[in-house]
Amino acid sequence: MRTEFLRSWKVRTGLGGILFFVLLAVLGPWLVDALLGVDPRANDTSAIAQPPSGEHLLGTNQFGEDVLAQTIAGARGSMFVGFLGAAVGTVMAILVGVPAGYFGGRVDAALNFVTNIFLVMPVLPLILIVAGYLQGTGLWVIALIIGLFGWSGGARTLRAQSLSLSGRDFVRAMQMLGERGHRLVFAEVLPHLTGIIASMFLHAMIGAVLAEAGLAFLGISDASAISWGTMIQSAQTQSAVLRGLWWWFIPPGLCIALIGTAAALVNFGVDELANPKLRTARRKTVRRTAAALEKTGSQA
Amino acid sequence: MSPDYVLEARNVSKHFTVRGSLGRSAVVQAVQDATVRLKPGQILALVGESGSGKTTLARLLARFYEPTSGEIALRGEPVAGGGRAARRAYHSDVQLIFQDPFGSLNPLHRVRYNLDRALKLHHPSLDGDARLRRATALLERVSLTPAADYLDKFPHELSGGQRQRVVIARALAVEPKVLLGDEPISMLDVSIRLEMLNLLEKLRAEDGLALLYITHDIASARYLCDDIAVMYAGQMVESGPKEEVIAAPQHPYTKLLIESSPDPERAAGDRDELFEGADELGEPPSLIDPPAGCRFHPRCPFAMTQCRSEAPPVTGLGDGHWARCWLHQHGRAGELARTTHAAAMARRAPQEVAT
Amino acid sequence: MTNTRTVLEVRGLDVEYVTADLPVRACADVSFTLGRGEILGVAGESGSGKSTLITALTRLQRPPAVTTAGEILFHGRDGAPPVDLAALDARELRRYRWTAVSIVMQSAMDALNPVMRIGAQFADALRAHDKALDKRAAWVRAAELLAMVGISGDRVRDYPHQLSGGMRQRAAIALALACRPQLVVMDEPTTAVDVVMQRQILAQVLRLRRELGFAVVFVTHDLSLLLELADRIAVMYAGRIVELGSAAELYRAPRHPYTQGLRDSFPPLHAPLRPLSGIPGSPPDLRRPPSGCAFHPRCARRIEGCDARLPLLEAVGDGHQAACLFNTREGAGR
Repeated sequence: MRTEFLRSWKVRTGLGGILFFVLLAVLGPWLVDALLGVDPRANDTSAIAQPPSGEHLLGTNQFGEDVLAQTIAGARGSMFVGFLGAAVGTVMAILVGVPAGYFGGRVDAALNFVTNIFLVMPVLPLILIVAGYLQGTGLWVIALIIGLFGWSGGARTLRAQSLSLSGRDFVRAMQMLGERGHRLVFAEVLPHLTGIIASMFLHAMIGAVLAEAGLAFLGISDASAISWGTMIQSAQTQSAVLRGLWWWFIPPGLCIALIGTAAALVNFGVDELANPKLRTARRKTVRRTAAALEKTGSQA
Repeated sequence: MSPDYVLEARNVSKHFTVRGSLGRSAVVQAVQDATVRLKPGQILALVGESGSGKTTLARLLARFYEPTSGEIALRGEPVAGGGRAARRAYHSDVQLIFQDPFGSLNPLHRVRYNLDRALKLHHPSLDGDARLRRATALLERVSLTPAADYLDKFPHELSGGQRQRVVIARALAVEPKVLLGDEPISMLDVSIRLEMLNLLEKLRAEDGLALLYITHDIASARYLCDDIAVMYAGQMVESGPKEEVIAAPQHPYTKLLIESSPDPERAAGDRDELFEGADELGEPPSLIDPPAGCRFHPRCPFAMTQCRSEAPPVTGLGDGHWARCWLHQHGRAGELARTTHAAAMARRAPQEVAT
Repeated sequence: MTNTRTVLEVRGLDVEYVTADLPVRACADVSFTLGRGEILGVAGESGSGKSTLITALTRLQRPPAVTTAGEILFHGRDGAPPVDLAALDARELRRYRWTAVSIVMQSAMDALNPVMRIGAQFADALRAHDKALDKRAAWVRAAELLAMVGISGDRVRDYPHQLSGGMRQRAAIALALACRPQLVVMDEPTTAVDVVMQRQILAQVLRLRRELGFAVVFVTHDLSLLLELADRIAVMYAGRIVELGSAAELYRAPRHPYTQGLRDSFPPLHAPLRPLSGIPGSPPDLRRPPSGCAFHPRCARRIEGCDARLPLLEAVGDGHQAACLFNTREGAGR
C-alpha cells in the first residue's frame, strides 16, 4: 500500500515540492547567510528597486532589500504558519468530528452544535477583530487564529465518516469483546480516516499559507517578521505592480502557488489511494487493453 | 439449583421508531413477544425470511440494544442495563458471529491482533507468551493450520471461509457458553459452507457450546440443528424438534417455507407440476402496520374469520413442539398434512371471489 | 448438435482481464449451444467466471475485461444466417439488444432508474425499439407487462423504491421481456430475495417461457435451485465449463468430481441425513491458476497427470460432457 502510494508521479513530485520548501524553511536563514552573504533586512542604498542582476539575483525592492534573500527567509514564516495552522485545525477537527460521529447521541448533538456555529461564523471579519484586539500579532498568533477558525468543515467530514464506520461490523465485534472506548476510536475507527485526515491537512496547509498572505495583505501581520505575505503586502503598498517592479512580488507569489500545487498533487495521490475508482489507469495496462481490443476487432 | 437454560429471551419485543418525510414518524414492530430458550449444548435454528425479525432477535440476545419489553436472561438471571463491566461479563458468555466475514474483521489489523485483544480483555492475567500459545491453539481449533502461517496475515490475504474461521476463533477466545450465528455461512462459497457447519457442530460436541443458528436456509438448519423455531413478521409461529417440524409442519407459514425451499430429490418429477400454483405466493406484511389477528392470515389458504381479528394462542403439540395457529383450536390441523400450499390456495381462490 | 432449433451457439469464448501484470483468464474456451426455449443453468462459485460469461454474452463488459477469442452466434427466428454478437459494432449491436437478447441482473435496483416512474422506463424501452408506438400505448403495454408478472397495472405510476424487493425483481423480468426477446440472460436473479419469493419468480419465469417461448441462460451459485429449474446445467470452475449435461443426469450421475462435490454441498431437505463435507480448500485465485486441471488441488479423486494435463470437455454420455482425466482413463480401461 505504501509503495503503491509512492509509485504515483504526482505524489512523488508533490512530496518533493513540499520537502523542498520545508528544507528552505529550516535551512533558509543559514543559506542566506552562508551562500548569499546578505542579510534579508539589510538596506543596500546603492541599489533601490533594481531589476535582477549579477549582484542581486532577483533584484532589490524599494528599500534596497535583496528579494532572493527575503523570499528564502520568508519561506520560514509562511511554512510555519501553514504547518501550525493546519496542525491546529486538523487536530481540532479530529477531536470534535470523530467523537461526535462515533458516540452519537448527546455528545454528537453538543459537538455538532459547536461545529455548526463555527461553520456559519463570518471568519474573515472575526479574524480581523481578534487580530486587531490582540496587539502585536506575531506569526504564532496568526497561525493559531487560522487554525482555530478553520476546522469546522473538516470536523463535519470526519463526523460523517466516523458515523458510518461506528456502525460497521468490525467495530461492533470489538465492542462485543469489551474493547475500551478510546481504543475503539483510536485503534479501530481512526486508522480508516488517515487518508481523509492527510488530505484535510494538506488542504488546510494551502489554506493557511494563503490566509497568512491574505491577512498580511490586509495589514494584519507581524511587521518585523518576513513572510511571503508581508513581502507581497509591502510590494502592494509601494505600488510595485503599477511601477512594473515585477521581481518584487512574483517570487513570493510563485512560491505560494508552487506550495499549493505540491500539496494538491499529494492530495490527488491520497484520493486515488482512498478511492480506487479515481485511479488513472497505468499506461502499460491501457496499452495492453488497447492491443487486446485491436486483436479481437470491434468492441463497444 | 442450576437453571435449565443458559440463555433465554422471555417475551421480548423490539420496536424501532423511524422518521419519515415531513417529520412523520412510524413505529416498526420488528420483534413482537418472542421467546427463545437455549439449553447448554443445544443447537437451535431460527428460520425466517428477511424482515421476519430474526436478526433483530439475535442482536437483542447479543445486547446491541435493549428490548422494548420483555427480558433477556443468562443462566436464569435477568440482565438489563449495567455498565461496561456488566456488559463485558455478559459477552464473556455470549458472542455473536456476523454474517459478513469481510465486514467483521478490521482490514487494518492482522489475525494476531484480533486474537490478542480478545485474550487480553478477557484473560488479563495471561502474559504475552501465554497469549500467543492460546492464539495458536485457537487457530488450530478452527482448523487454520499451521497456525503460524495465519497469525500475521491481514484479512484481505484470507479467503472468505478462512476469515469466518478467524471470526469464530476470536469469539472462542473469550470462552463463551453461547454462540449466536447470524447467517454465518450465507456469504461463503457453496462448497465450503458444510465445513463451517461441521466446525460449529464440533465446537458444540467438544465444549458443550449452545448455538443459535439464524438462517433462511431450512436444509442447512436441518443439517446442523436439533430444534427449529420459525419466525414470521416479527413473531414466532412454530417451534419444535427439526424432523417433526420439517416432515409435518404445524403452521401454514412453515409449510409454505418448506415447500418453497429447493429440494433436488423431488426435481426428478414433472417440472411444471413442481412449480404449479407457485405463481402468486404473496409477500410478508409491513411491520409498521401489521395485519390484525394472525399476521399470516392475508397469505394463508386456510384463513378463517377468527384469524382476521384474533391473534392465535400457542398450542402445545407435545415433545416441545408448538404452533401458533387457529387450525389447532378448531380441529382442522389435519388439513395441513393432506394438501400443499398451492393446492389449498387454488381451492380457496373461488371462495375469495364469492365473498 | 447444431440444428434449426438452436438459438445460441457459443464457440471457444475467451475473456481476459487485462492487468498491469499477467492477464487473468476469467473465461477460457467456453462452448455450448442453447436450444430455442431451453433453460440452461450455469452453476459456479465466486471466481468461476459465470458473471464474466454473462457480461460477455450480452456484450456489457467494460475494459479491463476483453473478449479475446471466440464466437457468439445468434440464430434469428427468420432462419437467416446466424450473426456473431461478439463481432458486431455498437450500432449493429443495438438492433439485437433487448429485441433478441435481454438481461435480468441480480439487483433490480441496478437495472431500474430510481428517479423514473416504472411505466416511463418501460415506455422508453418499448419506444426505443418500436418508433411507431405512441406514448399512451406504451404505458398501456407497460401495465400489461407488469400484470404478466403479477403486479397490478396501476403500479406503473410508482417509482422503483415504492415496490418491494421481490416486486422490483419481477418488474425487471417484465422489462427484460418487453421486446419479446428470444433469449433472456439472468444473473442470479433470485439471490437477493427470500425463498418464497424465489419460488414465485421461478414459477413465473417457467410460465412465461411456456407462453412466449424464450430461452434462458440462468446463472447462479445455487446448484440445488438449478436442479429443479433447468433443462441442462453447465458447471463452471476457474473459468471453464467442467461438466455439461441434463439436470437429472447431473444430479444422478455427475461425472466431474467438482460437480459431485458441489451437489453434495447441499444438505437434503427430506432424505436421511448423513455427514457431508463439502469440498476442502478454497476456489482458486485466477491470477495464479493451478497447473493442469484447476480443480486438482481440491480433488479427492486426483490421479497422476492431473497437475500437468488440462482435461478437455468430452462426451461421457448422451448429451453429457465432462472435463476430467479420470473419465478418460476409465473409458480407456474399459
